[in-house]
Amino acid sequence: MSTTTPPAVGGLTSQELLAGYRTMRVIREFEERLHREFATGEIPGFVHLYAGEEAIAAGVISHLNDDDYVASTHRGHGHALAKGCDVDGMMAEIYGRYDGICHGKGGSMHIADLSKGMLGANGIVGAGPPLVCGVGLTARIRKTAQVGVSFTGDGGSNQGMFLESLNLAAVWNLPVVFVVENNGYAEATSNEFHSSGLDVAKRADGFGIPGVVVDGHDFFAVHEAAGEAIGRARRGDGPTLLECKTNRYYGHFEGDQQTYRAPGEVEELRATRDCLDGFRAAVTEGGLIAAAELDAIDAEALAQIESSVARAKAAAVPDLSEVLTDVYVDY
Amino acid sequence: MARKTSFQNAINEAMLQEMERDERVVVFGEDVVGGSGAPGVLDAWGGVLGVTKGIHARFPDRILDTPISEAAYVGAAAGAAASGLRPVAELMFVDFMGVCFDQILNQAAKFRYMFGGKAVTPMVLRTMFGAGIRAASQHSQALYPMFTHVPGIKVVVPSSAYDAKGLLIQSIRDDDPVIFFEHKALYTLEGDVPEEAYAIPFGEANVVRSGGDVTIVALGRMVGVAQEAAKVLAGEGIEAEIVDPRTTSPLDEETILESIEETGRLVVVDEAGPRCGFAADIAALAAEKAFGDLKAPIRTVTPPHTPVPFSPVLEDAYVPDAAKVAAAVREVTGAAAPAGVA
Repeated sequence: MSTTTPPAVGGLTSQELLAGYRTMRVIREFEERLHREFATGEIPGFVHLYAGEEAIAAGVISHLNDDDYVASTHRGHGHALAKGCDVDGMMAEIYGRYDGICHGKGGSMHIADLSKGMLGANGIVGAGPPLVCGVGLTARIRKTAQVGVSFTGDGGSNQGMFLESLNLAAVWNLPVVFVVENNGYAEATSNEFHSSGLDVAKRADGFGIPGVVVDGHDFFAVHEAAGEAIGRARRGDGPTLLECKTNRYYGHFEGDQQTYRAPGEVEELRATRDCLDGFRAAVTEGGLIAAAELDAIDAEALAQIESSVARAKAAAVPDLSEVLTDVYVDY
Repeated sequence: MARKTSFQNAINEAMLQEMERDERVVVFGEDVVGGSGAPGVLDAWGGVLGVTKGIHARFPDRILDTPISEAAYVGAAAGAAASGLRPVAELMFVDFMGVCFDQILNQAAKFRYMFGGKAVTPMVLRTMFGAGIRAASQHSQALYPMFTHVPGIKVVVPSSAYDAKGLLIQSIRDDDPVIFFEHKALYTLEGDVPEEAYAIPFGEANVVRSGGDVTIVALGRMVGVAQEAAKVLAGEGIEAEIVDPRTTSPLDEETILESIEETGRLVVVDEAGPRCGFAADIAALAAEKAFGDLKAPIRTVTPPHTPVPFSPVLEDAYVPDAAKVAAAVREVTGAAAPAGVA
């Protein structure tokens, strides 16, 4: 190992740490701003925010290359941002503009960019795991080192297709990682009610694959566990189920009054379980990264989101002829 | 060089030739090899009716058995197609669409549109359909109208060995998701099939028989039923033109409308149900775009709005046959039934 490498937390260089922090901060600013903008009525449709869960997208996806694939969920902004989707393009998409990453034809729930390996946010809960089995098959057949990662919530983990995919990936020995973001709620139903056996990761035992539980608020824990799972997949040693225990700061969708949550629950989470606060404390307390460097990232992220919202609002809506385009490659 | 071969062999040959031509083509489904992990021989089945038999010997790494998990492997076909393969997945019976329809309806069909034209999903889902072999309600349905209804996918329903090969090759080379319907009662049907690979373009109907008195539109196994009826009718002096659209999506409206313009009469024969089905769709097409050409009301000949029954006498009564088609033609042409025919 090079002796000139700066000291690291969890084996990460300061460059990697700053990149991880930047990803989380951009996601947070993106989501906080959407929360405020949605309330003005300018954003059409359904929006599901990822705030509170940023350490998972950042920690997992930092191990992936552009030609690795991610299949996401309805709560997909964080995964798309971490996978390198264009911030302005995403914001314009959410506003339904032609400049959007999908020309305004997908919206928040279908943000995708295949050139970045983003196989789409997905409006169908639990739909990602079968898709990444296909990605894994592509890698296996073409003998590449590509990996497919699906994200699923605790709600999605009760879909048959999720369980089918764990088995298929195991019997086909696919280079796939199934990440479960367990935020404790399937829409408005608590996992205390909806899941028999609270650790989703234990389901991996039944399929003979590793199942790992990590604290999804802890970037370092997620990064380390994801690194092992993704490395295992790349080596051809098969799939892993990685469950990240997390929390969402907002409702299932924007407009959800969240009366099913305990009074003060979110405030308590924000005060005690914030992945950005935890990260900042870990890297600054050891003097590894100066607080000013993080402050600078905060300011840049804020400015970037401010600019993306302004551009999105000013961008043109699609021409009506777009209704008819891109249904087929050729028809 | 053409030689006689079966509908089933034509399909098998299409897959083998495309796998040879393009190493991105992979085949998977339940028992498409047959015998994986079992103590006996591999390729024991080659598909439940042997349609994929022999592929494993030629391409052992590109044909895979699956667990009985249609949602997972049909979804995997969509994911594999979007990431660079050209998968040919097999849904053993189309009746099983109920456990994997999301992967077609909301995933493969919509990627391109939802992602602003940035996705290509070249997958084929081959599936068996149709009544006539006493397979009862959950293994006999003709569900292509349900897929035809979904924008973003193409739907192919071949009626002959020649068409089966050429349309499957086109399906595999096509850049859009395709559902390929194989009528299980046609597998042994023989026909002239060239040995070399050839593709039949989608959306080009085949005029199976020319005639000036009535247009019969039929698909899949019903094409043979229509031909049988046409022979009987020719003996009565009625010449039927039979148009086989071959694909329900895209649909060759032009050939159908041109034929109606010539004949002025339309009978649609179909094995799918009467409500919101293929026959109703073609009837609506004619009513909207060829009303002025029609000399008589349109007639559709379909099964009743019921599940497919099991008992052979009931199943035979359920499926349209040549007598029902001939009766419908006589009605629209105003011809009297010959003596002894109801």
